[in-house]
Amino acid sequence: MKNDFQVIIIGCGVVGAAIARELSKFKIKIAVLEKEADVSFGTSKANSGIIHGGFHSLQGSLKAKFVVPGNRKYDRLCEELEFPFERRGELMVAFDEDELRILQIYYKRGLDNKVPYMEILGRERVLEMEPNLSPDILGALYAPTAGIICPYEYCFALIGNARENGAELLLNQKVSWIGKNNNSRFVVETEAGNSFTADCIVNAAGLYADEIAQHMRITDFKIVPRKGEEYLLDRRVGTLIKRVVFPCPSSNSKGMLVIPTIDGPVMVGPTAIDTENKTDYSTTREGLKEVFQQAQRMVPGVRISDIITSFVGLRPAAVGNDGDFIIGKTDVQGFINAAGIQSPGLTASPAIAEHIREVITKEGVKMELKSNFDPHRKTVCTKIRHLLEKRDFEQYGKIVDKNKAYSKLVCRCENVTEAEIIAAIRDGHTTLDGIKFATRAGTGRCQAGFCTSRVMEIIHRETGIPFDKITKKGKGSEIAPYPIKKGNGN
Amino acid sequence: MIKNVDAIVIGGGPAGMAAALSLKNNGIEKVLIAEREDFLGGILLQCIHNGFGLHRFKEELTGPEYAERYIDFLKSTDVEVLLKTCAIDIVSTGKKKKVYLMSESSGLIEVNAKVVILAMGCRERNRGNIAIPGSRPAGVMTAGLAQKLVNRYGYMPGKEIVILGSGDIGLIMARRMTWEGAKVKAVIELQSYPGGLNRNIVQCLNDYNIPLYLSHTITNIYGNERIRAVDVAPINEFREPLKENTFNITCDALLLSVGLIPENELSSNAGVCLDKVTGGPLVDSNLMTSISGIFACGNVLHVHDLVDWASEEAEDCGKSAGEYFKTAIVQAKGIPVKAGHLVRYALPSTLEPGKPGLISLRTIAPAENAAIIVKAGDSVLYKKTHKKIFPSEMQRIKIDTVPENADAIHVYFE
Repeated sequence: MKNDFQVIIIGCGVVGAAIARELSKFKIKIAVLEKEADVSFGTSKANSGIIHGGFHSLQGSLKAKFVVPGNRKYDRLCEELEFPFERRGELMVAFDEDELRILQIYYKRGLDNKVPYMEILGRERVLEMEPNLSPDILGALYAPTAGIICPYEYCFALIGNARENGAELLLNQKVSWIGKNNNSRFVVETEAGNSFTADCIVNAAGLYADEIAQHMRITDFKIVPRKGEEYLLDRRVGTLIKRVVFPCPSSNSKGMLVIPTIDGPVMVGPTAIDTENKTDYSTTREGLKEVFQQAQRMVPGVRISDIITSFVGLRPAAVGNDGDFIIGKTDVQGFINAAGIQSPGLTASPAIAEHIREVITKEGVKMELKSNFDPHRKTVCTKIRHLLEKRDFEQYGKIVDKNKAYSKLVCRCENVTEAEIIAAIRDGHTTLDGIKFATRAGTGRCQAGFCTSRVMEIIHRETGIPFDKITKKGKGSEIAPYPIKKGNGN
Repeated sequence: MIKNVDAIVIGGGPAGMAAALSLKNNGIEKVLIAEREDFLGGILLQCIHNGFGLHRFKEELTGPEYAERYIDFLKSTDVEVLLKTCAIDIVSTGKKKKVYLMSESSGLIEVNAKVVILAMGCRERNRGNIAIPGSRPAGVMTAGLAQKLVNRYGYMPGKEIVILGSGDIGLIMARRMTWEGAKVKAVIELQSYPGGLNRNIVQCLNDYNIPLYLSHTITNIYGNERIRAVDVAPINEFREPLKENTFNITCDALLLSVGLIPENELSSNAGVCLDKVTGGPLVDSNLMTSISGIFACGNVLHVHDLVDWASEEAEDCGKSAGEYFKTAIVQAKGIPVKAGHLVRYALPSTLEPGKPGLISLRTIAPAENAAIIVKAGDSVLYKKTHKKIFPSEMQRIKIDTVPENADAIHVYFE
């Protein structure tokens, strides 16, 4: 049957995608239901992209259990799935004697969590490593195994590979009802009018995981979004810092960080404010001030005038659980949670995925390895910007000779060609934001002022979606919704 | 593919076309224009309103008509035009310049040239640059993008419009959107004076009863999928919004007309020094940049308010680039031009002694009964009193002869 699966994963952020990819190694039928028009459109798209060393999490927590094993899996994942990943290291910096003592606490935590190669560094060493840090710094805790990735590229790579290995991805499928039928199998209905059946459900619904669980009368946790504002700075600022820089943390967050991104520009943030509103994606004047005050204290060269864009992420923090992850089986046979996954969820995601696979096995789903599982991605599109950065024009010329679409620069800030846009569209990204995340077109300093209409033309040509129906991020967000009719004017 | 030319012009907008023509008129044989779009004309192609060419042609043309004049001029020459061709890098070694082009029809082209003229134009400042708080829905875009969607594609981004910034494109779009049946509810300007030309305030806002809120800003944007409202607040002298006077305007599109930035990524990659104030290359009186043989003109050099001046500047640029080609003039030994009281910038950064000079400048703020003064030591080279002067109006000052032994030329208002 078409809509019948062994496992349905609800939500396709990094956690849902990592689980889908893990399960696609086995001879089972799986589907991922995503309510948005593209994957990674919820919490994941605003993630800071840090693969943590693991010294933040308190021993005994699920966070601590999964963070270091998760971190370790990234080398292999990156090799198999070809997403950029660099182990840059992270520094937690101290400005006074009290904070130096806090570094010791986290060093101890790191040891408990088996974080390798940690060091507490004195001022000179820190400034030698990162000359743009404030000279007022007294010392830092250093975890060299920390790394950076692009969160949505990671998500796209995971789900892309899962699909290549047979997993089904269904977009625009907001779950409206879950129940069990006479055969004790799950029935999932969506607002789009579809109905699916499954033996097992994995709840990876992020901010909405509590609402999904409530369908099965699981009410022992609640997700309260913790809002974080982030600000991305122009490439021109250059790589002010090489490593991720943290202050000593506050009670509910890791504090405001200065984060090198894998694509070059520096990012600062995030704030941490609990909100009741799951759709509050607004940045604020106060947030901007807070972020820059704290970031400038650590890296004085960070300037407000260099902002090219800002955004908000909502962390799906679970209440009634000390803010820890909620992972594992529930009172409902076959219903498995992967919920409340806030920081260090990105780092932990590969380890969480393996754990969920074990839970599914224990819940009675027969798991047999596929002989033809291919861990490598088949369709990795050549990114021209890397060649241009290296000024390798000869290689670029050769690529163009094979495919003319590479000669058309659609986004000139980030050097994205028409070939890359087409590849993203054929990969299933049909909104401007989806294409932006998949290719970087529109992420640069002009913020899509130039490429918007060009990308719209290509979407229209490739998919047949009428120009006025092309959206930024799904229905209701049309870019140019009103065709001008002849004689429409005054 | 390898091409050898005498001069390459990067960008086929008004400045690039005028520069190429001028190179031809000054005796340069092999001239090439690289244009990344499907047509020559640059941003003029989406400026379907009139008002172009009053100075150059003594008539009122639309943007495409103005462009067409130059396209026709070019057709009568042997200037080679490569369309759908994007310059991706400039490498300068001594007198040799290599420009790498990526062309849809021919792939990678390596161009060897003696002269490079930069004419890439400018881009719009965007929401990120001014960090407007609020959500990130569809419907928030630069006025230029809206203009392109409306005029070149035939689609409206919204029906109830708020415009932030009173730059010329924003004003033109206020009128354009009104003509297409949209309701333009407000134009919001942070400064205490309009950003665009006075004629546009009159013809695009006043004539349509569109309110202009000076010394106001947008403090919040609402809406998840699509924008549904903005908060507007007056600001105090420290540019802080006054919360108690905030009001809300419902809208389904917010257009931004908050300034233009010369597009110089190519230039700075080539090693050309840029001016922090204009965002364009530092140039001498020949419009030559810090790299010998690389020249700049039009909006890539500094943002112009009239295309006529961009064309004129490009002609001068083509002329001096032609001189350079023929006589290999070195970087002009120049007298530095210093921007003084009330002057935001004065361009070029040096003037050549013993020759006539042309200075472009803008004020920092509006002024009344202000005299522009150009002085070298004690001698006044130019003085003219203006009843009113606005930052939106570029001033172009001609100096008959630049004195031979001055330390500096001071430009200021009194």
